Amino acid sequence: MDRIGRAIRAHLSPSLIEIEDDSGRHAGHSGMRGAAAGGETHFNVLVVSTAFDGLARVQRSRLVHDLLAPEFASGLHALSLTLRTPAEQARIAGA
Amino acid sequence: MAETIAQRIQNDIDTNPVMLYMKGSALFPQCGFSARVVQILNHTGVPFQTANVLEDAELRQGIKDFTNWPTVPQLYVKGEFVGGCDIVTEMFQTGELEKLFEEKGIVSASA
Repeated sequence: MDRIGRAIRAHLSPSLIEIEDDSGRHAGHSGMRGAAAGGETHFNVLVVSTAFDGLARVQRSRLVHDLLAPEFASGLHALSLTLRTPAEQARIAGA
Repeated sequence: MAETIAQRIQNDIDTNPVMLYMKGSALFPQCGFSARVVQILNHTGVPFQTANVLEDAELRQGIKDFTNWPTVPQLYVKGEFVGGCDIVTEMFQTGELEKLFEEKGIVSASA
């Protein structure tokens, strides 16, 4: 979980980042088998960053997937991403 | 010559206007994220085809490599990758998903 935050902060300079470990809700499900100690495999992540400006949704996710490739390789199983630009976040937060 | 997994996927997404790679089947999804995408597709009413990656280890890895996307479900529309559960959900909420189906000429079965 810390590694996810570190990688995102280092590369995307987010103005907002929230990471929630959702692994508990998936306990016993096949994705949890073989998980590293601690069983951190399912995360919900919100990132607000100017790095997403001008990028389509798939491109934004690819950017984050690439940063987290080592985590996927070591047992990260599901990553729920909400990726917004500061302008989008302001619109949603103000709505 | 045996068909490679990439050829099989390409053929699937070329043949089926709305193709969902998922865990389980449309009737019995075996993962919450896959279930949500099925629910959304059912709600839009468009006909769709699914492939169950849990029944096929080669496909399970093959679809991740093919799309260069680390998770399942994965939705393809007219041969183009749309996204996974988060993206499909967001697009559904904003109305973009139904607009995409319209633009691609995919008509709801119930219409």
